[in-house]
Amino acid sequence: MTSIQENSRIKCSEQITEDIFRLTLHAPLIVSQAKPGQFVMVKTSSNFDPLLRRPFSIHDISTDGDLSLLYKTIGKGTSLLSTFTQGMNVDLIGPLGNGFTFSDNQNICLIGGGMGIAPLLFLARHLKALSKESCTHQVLLGARDHRELEPIAAQFLSLGYKTELATDDGSCGHHGYVSQLLPDILPTVQGVCVCGPTPFMAEVARQCRAANLPCQASMETHMACGLGACLGCTIHGSDGAYKHVCKHGPVFDANEVLWPL
Amino acid sequence: MAPIKNTSTVDLSVNIGGITLTNPVMTASGTFGYGREFSQFVNLDAIGGIVVKGISIEPRAGNPPQRIVETPCGMLNAIGLENVGLERFLAEKLPFLRSIKCRVFVNILGDTVEEYAYLAEKLSEHSGIDGIEVNISCPNVKKGGVAFGTIPEMAQTVTEAVKKASTLPVIVKLSPNVTDIVSMAKAVEAGGADGISLINTLIGMAIDIDKRRPRLANIIGGLSGPAIKPIALRMVWQVASAVSIPVIGIGGIGTTEDALEFLIAGATAVQIGTANFYDPSAVNTIISGIATFLEQHNETSLTNLIGSLHTGDLS
Repeated sequence: MTSIQENSRIKCSEQITEDIFRLTLHAPLIVSQAKPGQFVMVKTSSNFDPLLRRPFSIHDISTDGDLSLLYKTIGKGTSLLSTFTQGMNVDLIGPLGNGFTFSDNQNICLIGGGMGIAPLLFLARHLKALSKESCTHQVLLGARDHRELEPIAAQFLSLGYKTELATDDGSCGHHGYVSQLLPDILPTVQGVCVCGPTPFMAEVARQCRAANLPCQASMETHMACGLGACLGCTIHGSDGAYKHVCKHGPVFDANEVLWPL
Repeated sequence: MAPIKNTSTVDLSVNIGGITLTNPVMTASGTFGYGREFSQFVNLDAIGGIVVKGISIEPRAGNPPQRIVETPCGMLNAIGLENVGLERFLAEKLPFLRSIKCRVFVNILGDTVEEYAYLAEKLSEHSGIDGIEVNISCPNVKKGGVAFGTIPEMAQTVTEAVKKASTLPVIVKLSPNVTDIVSMAKAVEAGGADGISLINTLIGMAIDIDKRRPRLANIIGGLSGPAIKPIALRMVWQVASAVSIPVIGIGGIGTTEDALEFLIAGATAVQIGTANFYDPSAVNTIISGIATFLEQHNETSLTNLIGSLHTGDLS
């Protein structure tokens, strides 16, 4: 795996809702190596606060070397990032970690909740280019409300995906959890790729296990280096051993993860 | 990867325990993996020395998550000495370390004096290891380790045992979580240490106020990063003034200026730790920066800078 430290340039910073942003960076070296499900470590400050880089999964890439990140402002690092404007430089390290694996003749369900939708667009774009025409992948997306969900869902629709939505407030699509849409879809697919809050992924993993379908889950943890050096980004594995999200993941076979009950 | 300025005529080499480092910039244990993790970002050959992640006789799983939390200008960690163990280190990690030119120090940790001695003896039997750094100061394990790092007599006993068991230079890494750092330093010097490295992390804590729970599963953890630099610098100055063996400064060093402060305070070398996480090429930048600084000040040798602090009439 080749990872690169690249001084990228901001092409565009878009505010989607009051706290959701999409940042597009020109980072041709990283883009040339990137695979769906991988992440980048982003330096959000030129001083010491915040000190550490922030991990973001790669939301999308373009053939001319652009990379986009989709994020919600939840702390100091993301708040600072949201103030960055076109033309500014951002120090990135990536691509890092292991991405999703897939074959070209399977129907896959991509299911994402909240900002967990981020890595699925890159995956959707990649699958579209790779898959045989007979493949009918499914996309299930959930978020708080329509303002948050519709601009992001539009990207999947523009790729030609059958996309079903769910919102917490019922303002678009199913009123409830997006995982509640999964039982009807499972009989039509051969695998599931999921990213979102841990309890949601645990539920998706449970359904897949019951249906005997492979499920790949993209995990998130606190992370200091992203390079396998700090050993800080630990999760519990189902085999009793600790796994490091940056090196063993961030995408795991859901059966390798010890999910909270 | 940043090119290394090597056209300098300034002599950056330093001597620790009879071995020469081409320059005084090392990487701190636990922040640089086993070297290989950084090979895509750093010219490993150019580093003065790599101190690899602490090794115990048997592998250790470490602490449960959450293991790290960021704090203002720093981070708390409670990794819990996760490591692959002696056997896998020798089989899987050492061959790569042999392939790079820089000096390699192996950080060792144990629960008993005998375990430290055993590790030192076994490591001395293998080529590609230039020195041992004895970790008597990790704050995150409940048994053993802490006492070695806080009681001078215990520190001296461990140092003596490691020296006796090993043919390699022995550096002892001190904990700052003591009342009198100088007495600890003098004890390990009396025990025969070839060098002293300090400081390890300061014990700290962070709380999630909504959950009213500690952020770290281990409740407490070690604070590192720029936040601890002034404390580290003070302790390095006190120790360097009190012992006659080389001192290696550690604690929040992330820039050339930081490194220079420690050298002026009396450190023979420095270790870069947490900075590797956010700036993986920091070591290369600092090596070049020290050379440039010395040239600009018409110094031909780094040794003129070490311990050159003036504390006389400050008015």
